[in-house]
Amino acid sequence: MKPPAFDYLRAETVGDVLEGLAQQGGDARVLAGGQSLMAMLNMRLAKPKLLIDIMRLNELRQIERKGDAVVIGAGVRQADLLAWPQLGETLPLVALALPWVGHVQTRSRGTICGSLAHADPSAEMPLALVALGGEVLLRSARRRRRVAARDFFAGMMLTARADDELIEGISLPVVKGSRVAFREVARRHGDFAIVACAAMKTPTGVRLAVGGVADVPTARDWPVLDGCALDDALNAFAYELVARDDVHATARYRRDLVRMIGRDLIDEVLQ
Amino acid sequence: MTRLKADQRHSVRFTLNGKPVEAQAEPRMLLSDFLRHQLGATGTHVGCEHGVCGACTIVVDGMLTRSCLTLAAQVDGCELRTVEGLAPSADRLGVLQQAFRRNHALQCGFCTAGILMSLDHYLAKNPTPTEADIRDLLSGHICRCTGYTPIIQAALEAAAQLASPQKETSDA
Repeated sequence: MKPPAFDYLRAETVGDVLEGLAQQGGDARVLAGGQSLMAMLNMRLAKPKLLIDIMRLNELRQIERKGDAVVIGAGVRQADLLAWPQLGETLPLVALALPWVGHVQTRSRGTICGSLAHADPSAEMPLALVALGGEVLLRSARRRRRVAARDFFAGMMLTARADDELIEGISLPVVKGSRVAFREVARRHGDFAIVACAAMKTPTGVRLAVGGVADVPTARDWPVLDGCALDDALNAFAYELVARDDVHATARYRRDLVRMIGRDLIDEVLQ
Repeated sequence: MTRLKADQRHSVRFTLNGKPVEAQAEPRMLLSDFLRHQLGATGTHVGCEHGVCGACTIVVDGMLTRSCLTLAAQVDGCELRTVEGLAPSADRLGVLQQAFRRNHALQCGFCTAGILMSLDHYLAKNPTPTEADIRDLLSGHICRCTGYTPIIQAALEAAAQLASPQKETSDA
């Protein structure tokens, strides 16, 4: 199908974007790489009156190391981040998860922040943001604010972003020397995950984050548990995520994947 | 700041396979439709129109791009390459196209234009790919005829041939 009619605004400053969002509010959408939004428009699941193209704003294209965090601007494409020479050393979990986001042909255009704005519960970048405990940097004409990952995702394809706010970027903490692991099960590499899991060693134990099961990616911290206690904890977590049956997999299969992949990844990071 | 009104047509100019082009488009017009309907460049095919099948893949400013997930207005001033730009002349096929022909890497041909663009772009940057690399690249395309094996064969053969450019082969 074809998109419904909308005005197209090619922003030249962040001020243009904020002004457009302030005036049109919920009727405006920010267009970055377009790999989620354009599909939504073509299927007419989104019908904005105004699209604000931010991809000519060089100020949003920065990847910056700021102390113990990496700040990634709204215009940074997934391929740009994958090619960033410091990615493996500063954000090893993102380096593992990013090749699972779509395909070469969509990562070349799609942005990191666009994937977060879309907030698909099966998507890898929201999972990485939650697993790392990152923050989303929101800006409107009224104010700037930072929202923690766990508060940002409000439901399936719902976020805490207000109608007049631009996701200006995200901040991901650099966790030195921490071991990380990532695994995903999907029908085909590059499809949305049936279940995706990320694990990392923490100062007090281990964290497991799961995407594709609950409406939002969800993280859980545990101390270092022995065999049976870990199995029990994983089983309880798998049930708490309230998996649902759908055309791709049953709820029971999803719980199985959480238990099995969770166990494998935790073993891997604690090795 | 440029604001294009929804109900009006606006001029879109860009470079298509080295030549400047210009036509009119409403803001909502997809690049795939702009290429095919406004410019008559029907080599780019449209399959699923939501970014999954890969038939409409082209190259915009050096980036592989789903033209069905791109607005014509977005590429104003950009450099575009489509399948029409792959052959060195009207009566000759490029190295990759010849390899496709030799290996029967296409049957109905619907997916071919997109796959050729992906492979052409990829091989220029990665001259010695493995089969796994090609398979990963092809995961962004759907082909319902070939089962992919001949496409992989053609890609590897073209890569080998491009790596030793002194060898001249016939199109026939």
